[in-house]
Amino acid sequence: MSTIRVRTKLKDGVTTVRAIIRHPMETGFRFNEETKDVIPAHYIKLVTIKHNGDVVMSCDWSRAVSKNPYLSFEFTGAKSGDMLQLDWLDTKGKTDSVETTIE
Amino acid sequence: MFRRDLLKTMLGAGAVFVGGLLRPVKTWAVWNDAAFGAENLQSALDAYYPDSEVVPSDGITIGVRQEIENGAVVPIKVTTDLPDVQSIAIFVDKNPNPLIANFDLSPRCKAFVSSRIKMDQSSEVMAVVMSRGKPYSSKVFVTVHQGGCA
Repeated sequence: MSTIRVRTKLKDGVTTVRAIIRHPMETGFRFNEETKDVIPAHYIKLVTIKHNGDVVMSCDWSRAVSKNPYLSFEFTGAKSGDMLQLDWLDTKGKTDSVETTIE
Repeated sequence: MFRRDLLKTMLGAGAVFVGGLLRPVKTWAVWNDAAFGAENLQSALDAYYPDSEVVPSDGITIGVRQEIENGAVVPIKVTTDLPDVQSIAIFVDKNPNPLIANFDLSPRCKAFVSSRIKMDQSSEVMAVVMSRGKPYSSKVFVTVHQGGCA
């Protein structure tokens, strides 16, 4: 199952994108309460959103973006039926990607 | 068969063309280790905007509640009237690493971004907007009752 949920809304030529990514965004400052071990840092560093293959937004994130990150932004130039793609990359080199149709 | 070969050739040529000759489209933003690793606001700003002084501006609005119960989830929204916005970055002065997030906006983006961040303690929150190649800032003080960096 994808870690990414994206919703788009096209109104008066402006596409609003709302995305939520399921990710722990571990800071590396937390301890496991039983073992007292540090929970290693593990967070998303890069997020890219493309419209029909064209980058419209790219993000650099730190560990201080909240768990299960939320992102919203708006762009122009898309029409109904166009493709929107979101990719992320985290500190362990894991990635996920989702494609959605703009409505 | 001919069509398939032709397609393959075209795809191959396309890949070489895109990969080798021109790279106008930045696929990933470039993560700035020095800026993200900086432990105070001024060094984060110096590392992220090395060639320019960050100038305070009235044209930036930070949408954040002035009082936050739980610092683990602080909804924040930045908008600006400044022209030709290239990026919007968020800094929290008192966090262990003040640079929280940067958003590179394409020319087609509206000058707006919204996200949720963690705050360790009560602090000034700064937004820096890159407009026509120059960084402008605005800040607001947010009181946090329970820190959210742990």
